[in-house]
Amino acid sequence: MKTVAPERRLDTALIRKDFPILNREVYGKRLVYLDNTSTTQKPVQVLRAVDDYYRTYNANVHRGIYQLAEEATEAYEAARVTVARFLNARSSKEIVFTRGTTESINLVSNSWGRKNVGPGDVIVATEMEHHSNLVPWQLLAEEKGATLRFIPVDHSGRLDLSDLDALLTGPVKLLAVTHMSNALGTINPVEELIRRAHAVGALVLLDAAQSVPHLGVDVRALDCDFLAFSGHKMLAPTGIGALYAKREHLEAMPPFLGGGEMIREVKLSGSTWNEVPFKFEAGTMNISGAIALGAAIEYLEGLGMDAVRGHDAELTSAALEALRSIPGVTIYGPPAAERGGIVSFTVSDIHAHDVAAVLDREGIAVRAGHHCTMPLHAKFGIAASTRASFYVYNVLEEIDQLAAGVRKAQQVFHA
Amino acid sequence: MSLDDFYRQNILDHYQNPRNFGTLEAPDISAEDSNPLCGDKIRMDLKVKDGAIEDVRFTGIGCSISRAAASMLTEEIKGKTLEEVKAIGREEVLEMLGIELGPVRLKCALLALKTLKVGVYGLQSWHSEDEG
Repeated sequence: MKTVAPERRLDTALIRKDFPILNREVYGKRLVYLDNTSTTQKPVQVLRAVDDYYRTYNANVHRGIYQLAEEATEAYEAARVTVARFLNARSSKEIVFTRGTTESINLVSNSWGRKNVGPGDVIVATEMEHHSNLVPWQLLAEEKGATLRFIPVDHSGRLDLSDLDALLTGPVKLLAVTHMSNALGTINPVEELIRRAHAVGALVLLDAAQSVPHLGVDVRALDCDFLAFSGHKMLAPTGIGALYAKREHLEAMPPFLGGGEMIREVKLSGSTWNEVPFKFEAGTMNISGAIALGAAIEYLEGLGMDAVRGHDAELTSAALEALRSIPGVTIYGPPAAERGGIVSFTVSDIHAHDVAAVLDREGIAVRAGHHCTMPLHAKFGIAASTRASFYVYNVLEEIDQLAAGVRKAQQVFHA
Repeated sequence: MSLDDFYRQNILDHYQNPRNFGTLEAPDISAEDSNPLCGDKIRMDLKVKDGAIEDVRFTGIGCSISRAAASMLTEEIKGKTLEEVKAIGREEVLEMLGIELGPVRLKCALLALKTLKVGVYGLQSWHSEDEG
């Protein structure tokens, strides 16, 4: 894994001014928001994009023959072009707007999966998948009589690829893998995984919910078949995300949801489908969300994804060092060079809820629980962990506050 | 509310020295339930004699709130009739804990009660009418 040396550093003082929520207090302390893996805060540029749409050109897209509708359609489609550019897709026709990562994956499992996966076929996933990249495949396998196999995770939090050839033997139709673990922060060697899956004729779906916001991805360089991500984890509002899929797959896939917009012609005896990607966008979409996602991407492009990644890496190294120096703290996952801005840990025998509750009283927001990765937590023999995760507005001082909060939790619980 | 209030001494005491912790050898009622959001699990074993709780034990994994609530609840129900146990609601549990809780931690506080109700009603899953 190469380390990325940022050409420019983030000016966090300037960035923080764009995030009004960072001025608020929690229990009399200034908010320290360290739950960015779950969802990020929103800059004024994104809030303004939503506001502008509703205040000045709110109309449905692709339908009305009037000025407002044309402006809305233009902005909505411009956002699609922005997403395509950000992912380096060949065409904006390869971008389907969805509610987010979960819906994107369910779109693939319901549309591509139901058509292409049959009895005895194999879907390979990993032990570190978020439930959103596991449960849809369990549902599909159950319906079709297909089998799921899992690439194991070793105790350093990395994928164990020693048996990959065996796992990829037989009628393997799909490899569904996370690019960057939401629980451990592990950045997986997806280039190798995609190459080896393609070598046996399997398609590859990347859960990029963490990698698109934190690493930036190039779908053409990766050569993945499907890629799913959410807007709200990268400064955009909730309820908007996208599926990238190679055009030939989208063309061959049946619709996911039926309704308006996705049709070409409807007769009572049957219907024909609109061209891609509209075939997959039934009903009125989250127009303001898509436009705001475009604004969020432009914000990130302005910072530069190399700089975003470098900033994450700096905070992660500092957090690993600060937490490691506290007796009783156990950190899960690989070294800083192989992970994104995520640190999951346990504190002595204090339950993660209690750690998070003490941190909350210090104004520090972290996640406590299994982070939608129950099988992974079972693997490490813990019910829950505390997770701190970083983004562009976090600063080193907040890492010190986190460490002080963890020490305070130990005092409160006499651990 | 200060942190000291939040983790009132008696909550910490019940958490660190849970009462009636363990299992019963031949329980008349044994119930398990979990909180899927956080992975907390509680098992309650009851010995019932003449329609009353003769003995009770609990085990499981959970945070201070869920474990303290379970511990307090076991003390509360010993000697009570099943009808009296059925009448215990979330207000009683919150009163025992003596703190205000938001919707997320409320689920921690009520897991033990939920498990107990599964046991005494013999239900697979029980939801109080006024649960968060």
